Amino acid sequence: MPAPVRLRELIRTIRAARTQAEERDVIQKECALIRSSFREEDNTYRCRNVAKLIYMHMLGYPAHFGQLECLKLIASQRFTDKRIGYLGAMLLLDERQDVHLLMTNCLKNDLSHSTQFVQGLALCTLGCMGSSDMCRDLAGEVEKLLKNSNSYIRKKAALAAVHVIRKVPELLEMFLPATKNLLNDKNHGVLHAAVVLVIEMCKHSPDTHAYFRKVVPQLVKSLKNLIMSGYSPEHDVSGISDPFLQVQILRLLRILGKSDDESSEQMNDILAQVATNTETSKNVGNAILYETVLTVMDIKSESGLRVLAVNILGRFLLNNDKNIRYVALTSLLKMVQTDHNAVQRHRSTIVDCLTDLDVSIKRRAMDLCFALVNGSNVRGMMKELLYFLDHCDPEFKADCASGIFLAAEKYAPNKRWHIDTIMRVLTTAGSFVRDDSVPLLILLISNANSLHAYIVQKLYQAIRVDASQQPLVQVAVWCIGEYGDLLLSGEFEDETPVQVTEDEVLDVLEQILHSNLSLLTTREYALTAIMKLSTRLQNSTNRIRKAVSIYGSSLDVELQQRAVEYSALFMRFDHMRPALLERMPLIQKSATNGPMHATVNGNVDETEEEGHLPAQEQLSQQAQVNNLLDLLGDSNINPARSVPQESKVPQTGGELLDLLGGLNLADTQPSALSGGQTQLVLDGIAPRSPQNTSSLKQDIPSIIAYDQNGLKIEFSFERSKANLNMLFITLRASNSTETDMNNFVLQAAVPKSFQLQLMSPSGSTVPAVNSGAVTQIMRVLNSQKHPLRMRLKLTYSHREAPIEVMSEVNEFPPQAWE
Amino acid sequence: MQFMLLFSRQGKLRLQKWYVPLSDKEKKKITRELVQTVLARKPKMCSFLEWRDLKIVYKRYASLYFCCAIEDQDNELITLEIIHRYVELLDKYFGSVCELDIIFNFEKAYFILDEFLLGGEVQETSKKNVLKAIEQADLLQERPEKQQADHPRMESITGNRQFRLHAYE
Repeated sequence: MPAPVRLRELIRTIRAARTQAEERDVIQKECALIRSSFREEDNTYRCRNVAKLIYMHMLGYPAHFGQLECLKLIASQRFTDKRIGYLGAMLLLDERQDVHLLMTNCLKNDLSHSTQFVQGLALCTLGCMGSSDMCRDLAGEVEKLLKNSNSYIRKKAALAAVHVIRKVPELLEMFLPATKNLLNDKNHGVLHAAVVLVIEMCKHSPDTHAYFRKVVPQLVKSLKNLIMSGYSPEHDVSGISDPFLQVQILRLLRILGKSDDESSEQMNDILAQVATNTETSKNVGNAILYETVLTVMDIKSESGLRVLAVNILGRFLLNNDKNIRYVALTSLLKMVQTDHNAVQRHRSTIVDCLTDLDVSIKRRAMDLCFALVNGSNVRGMMKELLYFLDHCDPEFKADCASGIFLAAEKYAPNKRWHIDTIMRVLTTAGSFVRDDSVPLLILLISNANSLHAYIVQKLYQAIRVDASQQPLVQVAVWCIGEYGDLLLSGEFEDETPVQVTEDEVLDVLEQILHSNLSLLTTREYALTAIMKLSTRLQNSTNRIRKAVSIYGSSLDVELQQRAVEYSALFMRFDHMRPALLERMPLIQKSATNGPMHATVNGNVDETEEEGHLPAQEQLSQQAQVNNLLDLLGDSNINPARSVPQESKVPQTGGELLDLLGGLNLADTQPSALSGGQTQLVLDGIAPRSPQNTSSLKQDIPSIIAYDQNGLKIEFSFERSKANLNMLFITLRASNSTETDMNNFVLQAAVPKSFQLQLMSPSGSTVPAVNSGAVTQIMRVLNSQKHPLRMRLKLTYSHREAPIEVMSEVNEFPPQAWE
Repeated sequence: MQFMLLFSRQGKLRLQKWYVPLSDKEKKKITRELVQTVLARKPKMCSFLEWRDLKIVYKRYASLYFCCAIEDQDNELITLEIIHRYVELLDKYFGSVCELDIIFNFEKAYFILDEFLLGGEVQETSKKNVLKAIEQADLLQERPEKQQADHPRMESITGNRQFRLHAYE
């Protein structure tokens, strides 16, 4: 067999390959040769072959068949073999493969080899990849080597001991005496390794802290020698003596001084010396200062020293090196809680970092700015942050906006400022704010009684200028609807009221309603607002009636339904209209549920919390519902309410996904479960509800969708006349058992080509012995006329036991979709 | 330090040293992820990034990226010095080192690293001692014949333009 190609020859060939396939080809051929060479137990070229495998492994090719060969190389007498063998072992083996245990014996022999470099290889390999078994077996050898006369061996043994302790912490004690001696070592490498070893020991056992606190003066002396000693070429880095060792000692001091007064006291002086004497023109000096700062902040240091440390970070903020600015901000962020006032002093420098070119620095600075906002600086800081929000990259806007909201909520000096701030965010970064900010602001506004006139005028002006920021427009439209009268007549303090006419206001709203640029939700807001104005404006009723009625034939179902219902109010229920459209009752923010979950303080105590509805829509619906409910309460009509809604809400999202998961349609519109209380309530008062008028009585046979354990669910169908793609399913759940079924909740999911809307059920209890039923209406929009499939999830409790079943409904009559 | 990776601007891995036990698959995944992340960063960004629960410190030298993963308590700035020291060692050893030196003599690059770091910690703070140890160990290796480096020279990664040819096997 001819000698295999040289390693470098192979590398050259591989690099010459022009395509991936060609490279694979070369490697496969070579691997075949290597395998056969391994099989022949060729000793001469094993080393070369393993080296080649290491190279291929780095390129991502499998090389596990070289593992055993590594062991053979390690066992060889030739140094070249050992060197490559150990290298291969470190790269190709890992401690989870049993093969590596075969190495233990070789390692043991090599640890006591006569050549320091062989010993070194063994220590290095053990320290890099020794498993816990291996560490247990070899700990004794390592401990002996800690006392070796050769510093080359001592330093490696100390770091191997670090690995041993990492793997088997209980072996720690056997290293203690030797380690203490190593801390006196003159050799920097050994001393460094010893310090690392002590740090590792402290990590694993609190007892060692006490043991090594005694060496603090010694460590202080070593550090002092380093900073006081003159130039020593061997360890000098840009004029600083052994920065690696300095940093490591500082780190150990930090661990030992933590919550210990005496040791902290002992190191105060040297820390001050390092902090003041270290040359800061290069990164290396700053690395030491940075470590010093961390130590000062962690131990029980004097207050003067702490201020010095924060000032060092303050200086870092002005450094030209972005890395140094970054660590400064990171550290300040860590200590802003403990040393708030000291950090606060660098506020202006931190604010300046908002304009840094480096995005990571900008982000840190932004986080830190928010951490620094408090009651006394909120106005100034917000000015800076709002300016930042105006100018920052889009990636920052969402976080910055929500940070501003939070800070404003916490520290707002007054309501007007708070509302101004939020409005400013909506004006500048409207498309980046979270969904719930619209209801949040509306809530805030509605609670600021005395400011309504000011707000509505301001918002009106804002959307006259720019009607593209949807959240802002939604808030504005809501306010104009709600406080339209104040917009026209209201005066606010010293500000000159805007001069507008009724027609101008309606022009603006109609423009938003008609505009293609408006989101659907915004248009819904607009339609409702226009309707509300019918009682707030004196002379525009006819115009409003016309504007509303146009949408009675809107292609959008939601708009259409609203318009039809509102038109009905103009006609048959005109006497109720003023009461119905009264101003919203005060919404109280319930402390436990957060701002989204508002409870209405009217005569009907009902929470609406369909977390899966787009938040804005929810609120607008809520607004209407509440108005309607107000009225209904007055006229003593008991509205059909969906009681179980509240209890099921928290998990709905997850459950819905579960349901959909089965159908592989995870992205179906979550609005499938929206509770259309508005519609039902209106249905209750209108003898011919829009649904009924617009649906065509067709002869579609009913089906039994579910019938098990006494629970029977029947679907009956109606196709909408106005929209043939719209199917109304009335489900009727009845119970043939002896006991009632309580907390009955039905959820449904359809494939994503459908849209499903679930109305509120008539109740949550399915009474026993078929003495009644729960009915619920579903609206299914099937524009593509696909065969309908549905998955149901039913939860209820029966005989005190909670029951949850899933069911699939596939037997829809073809008339229901064709 | 949990691991160190060297890779080229094209995303090719040139050296990997792992100080924590991980499966090959996991190592490949991490490498791919980090190479992508680091290469996507703009030059004016700082050298640190947070990744999983580790801190990544990287520095580019000509066509090569040196990338270290350190723990939360570790000092990023001194890690930059460690990277720089390693580059200096390579430079001294190869004489104005370039990427090709590391490709063709990857095992030497590993030997040097193993004399400088052990188990992820600095073991020798003196440049001279590291190089002395490597040279002496090299002498123990019986070399079949001296050979001239015949790969074309690249831009030196340290900007040191004195060329010294190095030979191995």
